Amino acid sequence: MNFVRNHILVCGGTGCVAAKSKEIIEEFNLQLQKHGLENEAKVILTGCFGLCALGPIVVVYPEGSFYSEIKVENIAEIVEEHILKGRVVEKLLYQETVKEDSIASLNETGFYKKQMRISLRNCGVIDPENIDEYIAFDGYEALAKALTAMTPDEIVEEILKSGLRGRGGGGFPTGLKWKFAAKEQNDVKYVCCNADEGDPGAFMDRSVLEGDPHNIIESMAIAGYAIGASQGYIYVRAEYPIAVERMQHAIKQAKEYGFLGNNIFGTGFNFDLEVRLGAGAFVCGEETALMMSIEGQRGEPRPRPPFPAVKGLFGKPTVLNNVETFTNITWILLHGAEAFQAIGTEKSKGTKVFALGGNITNTGLVEVPMGITLREIVEEIGGGVPNGKAFKAAQTGGPSGGCIPTHMLDIKIDYDSLMAVGSMMGSGGLIVMDEDSCMVDIAKFFLDFTVEESCGKCTPCRIGTKRMLDILEKISEGHGTLEDIDALEELSAHIKENSLCGLGQTAPNPVASTLHHFRDEYLAHVNEHRCPAGVCKNLLQYFIQQDKCIGCTLCQRVCPTAAIAGEVKKPETFEVIQDKCIKCGACIDKCKPKAIIKK
Amino acid sequence: MPNKKTSVPFTGTAEQEAKLKAVIEAQKGQVGATMPVMQAAQEIYGYLPEEVQIMIAEGLDIPLTEVYGIASFYSQFTMNPKGKINIAVCMGTACYVRGAGDILDDISQKVCCKSGEITDDGKISVEATRCIGACGLAPVLTINDDVYGKLNRGEIEPVIDRYIEEEAKGKA
Ligand SMILES: Cc1cc2nc3c(=O)[nH]c(=O)nc-3n(C[C@H](O)[C@H](O)[C@H](O)COP(=O)(O)O)c2cc1C
Ligand code: FES
Repeated sequence: MNFVRNHILVCGGTGCVAAKSKEIIEEFNLQLQKHGLENEAKVILTGCFGLCALGPIVVVYPEGSFYSEIKVENIAEIVEEHILKGRVVEKLLYQETVKEDSIASLNETGFYKKQMRISLRNCGVIDPENIDEYIAFDGYEALAKALTAMTPDEIVEEILKSGLRGRGGGGFPTGLKWKFAAKEQNDVKYVCCNADEGDPGAFMDRSVLEGDPHNIIESMAIAGYAIGASQGYIYVRAEYPIAVERMQHAIKQAKEYGFLGNNIFGTGFNFDLEVRLGAGAFVCGEETALMMSIEGQRGEPRPRPPFPAVKGLFGKPTVLNNVETFTNITWILLHGAEAFQAIGTEKSKGTKVFALGGNITNTGLVEVPMGITLREIVEEIGGGVPNGKAFKAAQTGGPSGGCIPTHMLDIKIDYDSLMAVGSMMGSGGLIVMDEDSCMVDIAKFFLDFTVEESCGKCTPCRIGTKRMLDILEKISEGHGTLEDIDALEELSAHIKENSLCGLGQTAPNPVASTLHHFRDEYLAHVNEHRCPAGVCKNLLQYFIQQDKCIGCTLCQRVCPTAAIAGEVKKPETFEVIQDKCIKCGACIDKCKPKAIIKK
Repeated sequence: MPNKKTSVPFTGTAEQEAKLKAVIEAQKGQVGATMPVMQAAQEIYGYLPEEVQIMIAEGLDIPLTEVYGIASFYSQFTMNPKGKINIAVCMGTACYVRGAGDILDDISQKVCCKSGEITDDGKISVEATRCIGACGLAPVLTINDDVYGKLNRGEIEPVIDRYIEEEAKGKA
């Protein structure tokens, strides 16, 4: 066997693949060959490192040099300098790791310092397509322990004791769910993994599926043993082709190694797994709808009870957990419930993964201990709001959640505190908005989403959300009245109370929370016909500041409706013809001296 | 997404039909077969026009309404063909707060085709998609299989022009 001197890890998460990480790997292999180094350095495709904003990312071990924003053209230099001559290419490193006279470790950088990795522990560390690497990192040891040294009851007890709560949004205690399913007397039971990840703007589950698929397989098998099921399904959204491919590959490998199939570890326990594809319906993330969809029908939710633990997939007792929930199971069995319990707050244990996005410097995936403050996530890990803009709100919980304003930045991240301010933990989307975001517009954005995704089965959700959207549209066009605001509040309460499933019950949250925390902004739209953030097109007018204008006529040339008057080189003649202007904003983007404003 | 009936005529080949028939044969009678068959059909034809839905319903011996019900329920199924150049703008939250809405408007205006539709010559289609999981690159759009991220308004036009040019060349 060859002695490999360097390991070159290239991120294979979706963000980085989009930014050409496949080409980067090819180039590495080409360059290594050119220098005859192909036996001394090994190029590995890994899962997501988290810092997607600076992708594609390449990490070279043993030094642990963290190269960011790498282009294919940079590879020759890295190979020649770093791999061949052992000199780190400082100018290509993630600049936060570069100190005056030394290279800091990644764990000292703002982005990673406060993070804690349980769920994502293998992402960006191992090659997700190679089961041996997973095994080298204690993979399938938890399953071995479970099958050979624990009874199903002991496993359920251990999970109960850990305090683990569901990471898919609801926050229901996982151990309890397993206990209910284990208690049912039935020859056929199922384990399902919810990898539908419907929250628009979130990609935590995707990163685990892509970066550590065996972890999910192992945990599902443990769940199967604990409740007495021998068949599992992973429901993955079809929009995640890389995740589906890696998952299917991992299942095949696990079968070859005997971790899935009959008589696992010679214990007589059988467990098999299948991947099922979603087809782009948010409501299919809801547990009963998801099961309908696996059964091959329209994914419409049904009333509960009976709960899935009693009557789930194909009418049999079923445990359904979220991807991230499952990734904690192996860790708990390996390290013990006490270790898990020691992390987090009184009622929320462990860590939570967030997909940090929107107007924030370090967009990416972060995993933090429960109880950390929102401020720490936004300002320290996220690096704050870019371009000198002011923070306005953070949105968690996606279309079921709400906006948290500036004065609440010190809120602790756990299930109950977030609920108390009208938002929710959700599955982990965390979108930061700066002063340029209009809260009426954001509420409208989410309502638009729920109206489109409502399955139509129950009336409060189907018609109620549409009514709310109509009112929001009216307000953003400047025709809203104070009665409309009252109507929004009334509708919110009705829809919340009377909808069949979680989609409808939480759909009014984005409106209710913005109405609560940003009422002034709604009032400005209604009373003054003004959009303070300058977003709602109908309420804006464009103006040319003649003292800044240089009379270059660029704006006239891009204007699709010829709505700008003015003679070349005569700034004092430039103005917007308001009744021709369609407010497309094309002129603003082109104007070099920034003479055009909207207000 | 407006899943309007398309004006572009159906041009399925016998070969495609044989492929679909094989899939139906293999899946027929299994529980939960309808969706996998429809997913395969969409893979074969690129979309699910009425003609294909009828073939599936007859093949699986289920009512056409059931097939149509599923096709119209899931946004992945489309009854419109995709253009030779398919432009998909991510309208996930991360992209939206970074201005994806304006970008979609610009594109619709440029190619004269609304989101969810296709130009009458069948060349360009535009769609708004859900988060594609590349939020770090927001705002993001894909043209056919290529992903473009961190876009500014104004940068997109030349990119689209390039595709149009290449498409025209490919024909000549
Ligand atoms: C409209 C709606 C959408 C949902 N989407 C998801 C989703 O995308 N992923 C997920 O894991 N759970 C989702 N859930 C929550 C699931 O119904 C279910 O509670 C969860 O998957 C259970 O797993 P957990 O206990 O491990 O969180 C959704 C719920 C509702 C009401
Ligand atoms: S929101 Fe656009 S890629 Fe996630």
